[in-house]
Amino acid sequence: MRSRINALAFALMVITSMLLVACGAKAPAAEPTKAPDAAAATEAPAATEAPAATAAPAAEAVTIRYGLWDGNQQPAYEACAAAFTKTNPNITVKVEQAGWGDYWNGVQTGMVSDTAPDVFTNHLAKYPEFASKQQLVDLKPFIDRDGVDTKQYLAGLADLWGRDGKTYGLPKDWDTIAVVYNQDMLDKAGVTVDELNSAEWNAKDGGSFGQIIKKLTLDSNGKNALDKAFDKTKVVQYGFIPGGGGGAYGQTQWSHWAVSNGFKFNDGLYATKYYYDDPKLAETIQWYANLNLVDGVAPALADIKSLGANALFTGGKGALTTDGSWMIGAYTKDTKFKVGFARLPKGPEGRKSMFNGLADSIWVGSKHQEESWQWLKFASSPACENIVGSYGVVFPAIQSGVDAALAAYKAKGLDVSAFTAQATEANGTFLFPVTDHASEIGPIMDALMDSIMLGQKTAAAGLKEGNDQVNALFK
Amino acid sequence: MTTHRQPRLAARREALYAWAFVAPSLIGFLVFFAVPSVRGLLMSFTDWDLLRPAKFVGVANYVRLFGDADFRHALKVTAYYVLMNIPIQTMLALGLAVMMDKFSKSTVIRGILVLPWLLPNIVVALIWLWLLDPTMGFLNQIIMGLGFQRQPFLGSIDQAMPTIAAINIWRHAGYTAILIYAGLQTIPKELYEAAAIDGANERQMFFGITIPLLRPVLVFVLVTTIIGSFQIFDTIAITTKGGPVDATRVVYWYIYEYAFVRFKMGYATTISVALFAILITITFIQMRYFNANSSDLD
Repeated sequence: MRSRINALAFALMVITSMLLVACGAKAPAAEPTKAPDAAAATEAPAATEAPAATAAPAAEAVTIRYGLWDGNQQPAYEACAAAFTKTNPNITVKVEQAGWGDYWNGVQTGMVSDTAPDVFTNHLAKYPEFASKQQLVDLKPFIDRDGVDTKQYLAGLADLWGRDGKTYGLPKDWDTIAVVYNQDMLDKAGVTVDELNSAEWNAKDGGSFGQIIKKLTLDSNGKNALDKAFDKTKVVQYGFIPGGGGGAYGQTQWSHWAVSNGFKFNDGLYATKYYYDDPKLAETIQWYANLNLVDGVAPALADIKSLGANALFTGGKGALTTDGSWMIGAYTKDTKFKVGFARLPKGPEGRKSMFNGLADSIWVGSKHQEESWQWLKFASSPACENIVGSYGVVFPAIQSGVDAALAAYKAKGLDVSAFTAQATEANGTFLFPVTDHASEIGPIMDALMDSIMLGQKTAAAGLKEGNDQVNALFK
Repeated sequence: MTTHRQPRLAARREALYAWAFVAPSLIGFLVFFAVPSVRGLLMSFTDWDLLRPAKFVGVANYVRLFGDADFRHALKVTAYYVLMNIPIQTMLALGLAVMMDKFSKSTVIRGILVLPWLLPNIVVALIWLWLLDPTMGFLNQIIMGLGFQRQPFLGSIDQAMPTIAAINIWRHAGYTAILIYAGLQTIPKELYEAAAIDGANERQMFFGITIPLLRPVLVFVLVTTIIGSFQIFDTIAITTKGGPVDATRVVYWYIYEYAFVRFKMGYATTISVALFAILITITFIQMRYFNANSSDLD
């Protein structure tokens, strides 16, 4: 009996210790490529002391690891890295890519186990937490020393990356949201692109955009959702494919609807209070959820979650969706029908798109901070952003890069003006809500939005509950 | 004199050998289990967030745990899973084992039975994720072909957990059956012959001989599978990530979420300590209740 119990106690201990071992023993797996120890001499000179001229020619060979999550951009940044090494022969940049989820897991555990990349692509929902945990190098002294002009970036982008006089990233690109449409389905239903571009929307009945969605939804008898005989249990073509619950920000899912309805997330950068209980948001989200729950003109959340809105759309399951400009390639490449991009419908407060930007940050644990800065400076300069733009996968943060991107899209036969027009329109955009506690707000709002989408909770009740939980984090 | 010292020397040498043999697993135990466990326990009294140095917060995490409705929900969901998983899996395994024992001793069949268990959990989860996909899944194509409505399976709050339980029953039933089958081989055949002569039928023999004599093996199987069942994680990490909403947010996923999504390592270890206490209690009750260490064969 005794030995059996001991064996069990042992086995049980395994359970608890697994967790701990898992978080403590990651180190050897991804040892960064380190330059020889002699490089210690060039290690992280105090930024303010080092004059610009000593930006290390003839120094030891150094390899900088650069992390990004968008596989479409990897070739563009590899081209940048090659150009960078040409002018800085002692610095090699190794571009490392991993999908969104794995990427952040890797960066976070890497910071703990001392294996995070030197420079990495950062996100507005993530950086405040890294900054508050002292994981990001303050770029301000470098920027001042080298006289980098932060005004070269499109309006507002650089400001998003600062807090209390410190700067944690230099902008590399931006994105807006637009309507994606299946040209064949529009043609069959007799809906013109002009109609789509001039559509209006409201949260009560969806406005003329709601009518277009209904017109584009077909059941197996070929009846559309405007027809009295429409059978919503036998839909073969959905008028609209929502991007899912959207969680805390609904960037590509509901933020444009909600803000064009008069909703605001909070009072701006580093606000300490969210307004998720705003009735304007509740009626928007209810409209959004009811597309499936009541009208049957959108697929169920389960279908969207399994494949993703993008796969459903390119698989020909629906006529319209909304998505971000970084997804242009994913919608147009190898798709069997013609895909186009239309303006967001005009809501009660006009057309509104989230204006989000990514930036590069330097990890505080980098052994080569000076070299990392050299690379980061290059990656956020016109030289690199023009290269990135020429690949036509994303809109760079500098106007000349945007022009290069537009030329590249044009060469591919794509009209992406719906995204750029949104960005340049007066009051056409609102910024990503940057606050503390994002990593906790995420799971709370994810679950709540899903429960609303599944019809378990009404939007009003669910959002009230979410708002209370979120705001409690700031107390 | 020498005759006195000899046995003591021999005894000492024997002890030395014993330690030498025990050392490898003892060191492993200390390094990989004992030390991390103690560290984990200590961590549960801190607010460690992985990156900043930990601050001692006393029993704050435990106080929070008692008021945490999400933790109670996670326990409920886990218990729901265990209650679906264990009885069906064990009965299925028992049936399979008895049938193997009766009809076929073929190693090929035994091999086929453990095949799902040989696949990595991740692969199993991925295969089923694709087979059960609400729109494109093979199973739904069959269901629609038969004229029924397609099912959301992992995408629905009601179906997600039963689906995950079914996947893991599929994976583990064969392996459990092999364990029970091995136990069946230890039951002397004379007992069945004697019972047959006394006019007992199959049913009576099964409940009168097989089950009682199989008890130690069954207890072992139950204890290990119940612990394993409470540890359900990888299938959920691949298929539902705790969703839809929180329908499959089991304790292990909850711990993971706190540790690596929310960076609350202190609170995450507190939950692990609580889970540890729960498991050890359940196991102790099982051992006591089923009297696992004595066999009716002695």
